[in-house]
Amino acid sequence: MDIMEKESIFSPRNLKLLTEPLGKNNPITVQVLGICSALAVTVKLKPALVMSLSVIIVTGMSNLVIAAFRKYIPETIRIIVQLVVIATLVILVDQFLKAYVFDVSKQLSVFVGLIITNCIIMGRLEAFAMANKPWPSFLDGIGNGAGYGLILVVVAFFRELLGSGTVYGYPVLEKLGLFKTGYENNGMVILPPMALIFVGLIIWFQRSRDKSLVEKN
Amino acid sequence: MENLLNIFIKSIFVDNMIFAFFLGMCSYLAVSKNVKTAIGLGMAVVFVMFITVPVDYLIEKYVLKKGALSWLGEGFADVDLSFLTFMVFIAVIAAIVQLVEMVVEKFSPALYNSLGIFLPLIAVNCAILGGSLFMQEREYANVAEAASFGLGSGIGWLLAIVGIAAIREKMKYSNVPDPLKGLGIAFILTGLMAIAFMGFMGIKL
Repeated sequence: MDIMEKESIFSPRNLKLLTEPLGKNNPITVQVLGICSALAVTVKLKPALVMSLSVIIVTGMSNLVIAAFRKYIPETIRIIVQLVVIATLVILVDQFLKAYVFDVSKQLSVFVGLIITNCIIMGRLEAFAMANKPWPSFLDGIGNGAGYGLILVVVAFFRELLGSGTVYGYPVLEKLGLFKTGYENNGMVILPPMALIFVGLIIWFQRSRDKSLVEKN
Repeated sequence: MENLLNIFIKSIFVDNMIFAFFLGMCSYLAVSKNVKTAIGLGMAVVFVMFITVPVDYLIEKYVLKKGALSWLGEGFADVDLSFLTFMVFIAVIAAIVQLVEMVVEKFSPALYNSLGIFLPLIAVNCAILGGSLFMQEREYANVAEAASFGLGSGIGWLLAIVGIAAIREKMKYSNVPDPLKGLGIAFILTGLMAIAFMGFMGIKL
């Protein structure tokens, strides 16, 4: 309640929580969190989108719940409490995916379950939700989930375009008539190693634009 | 026996946790600055995976699967607890990590001191939970196969982190473009190592 009295819901400070993780404080390229489950789902755009949405929901909701209970959670068992909240949310997401988008859920296989151990969620709970009010925490969760999703979608877009010549299943390159000129899909982009190299390139790009992110040694 | 060896080799080289599935990347990137700590964390992962995967296998087989509770009596034959998988697996992993920590502290203080801070961290290492979930998805025939998969995956992870730590130690002497320093080059190196590991694809004993 008192948040609304003190400041509007989308005050500049709150908006910053939402937008900063998209660029300057991106969970993957800057905070180095949550890479584990990020890369294996980026061969095609569709699973990457579904995965991003799932993570956004779980980070947002878990931040909200933990922030709401933060004063009642004993310090010593907080990790277990956090894990229970996260696991419950992930089970909900998993059952939902199985019910409505079964084919994508099969493609994601174990990676939905791995959202539980995704360091973004634990990291944000520890670093933000345990010390802040529910509403800013919720925004922080959504922002970080979206920052994670952004990288996923960018990587998936390029891998699908270069590897299969499609965008979201639509054969763009074929429609452009590129194959007639002798162009061929690059099969290597579909293989796992290229996901890592793409993220490396994204980091390179981001850091050459924003020199303050460059590491000293 | 041949089958066990096959699973073991395959989980180290072909289905390597890092290079094929990117599991445990967070600690892999964070703790790979020098070889010594990398070995410590790697050993802890091997240890914990070797224990958690077979334990989770038994729990899956006798508690969680559809009809798994039939040993309790006729009435339980239809019970399907598989939706609880995530919750139970993560609880088992957290409990075993705690247990392992206590046992190691009691019987081998030297090992405990060298693993020290890494042991508790392992509970949230995706490679461990990933190992259990892959074990569930691949439906291994018996507990020995699950154990050999757990051990193999752990060793594969150890190999990967020691390899990258060794390379990153040498990288100090190379002239990397500024924006690529640190994280960026680590990603690209991992990608190149993964390409090398793809040479093992299709190996069958």
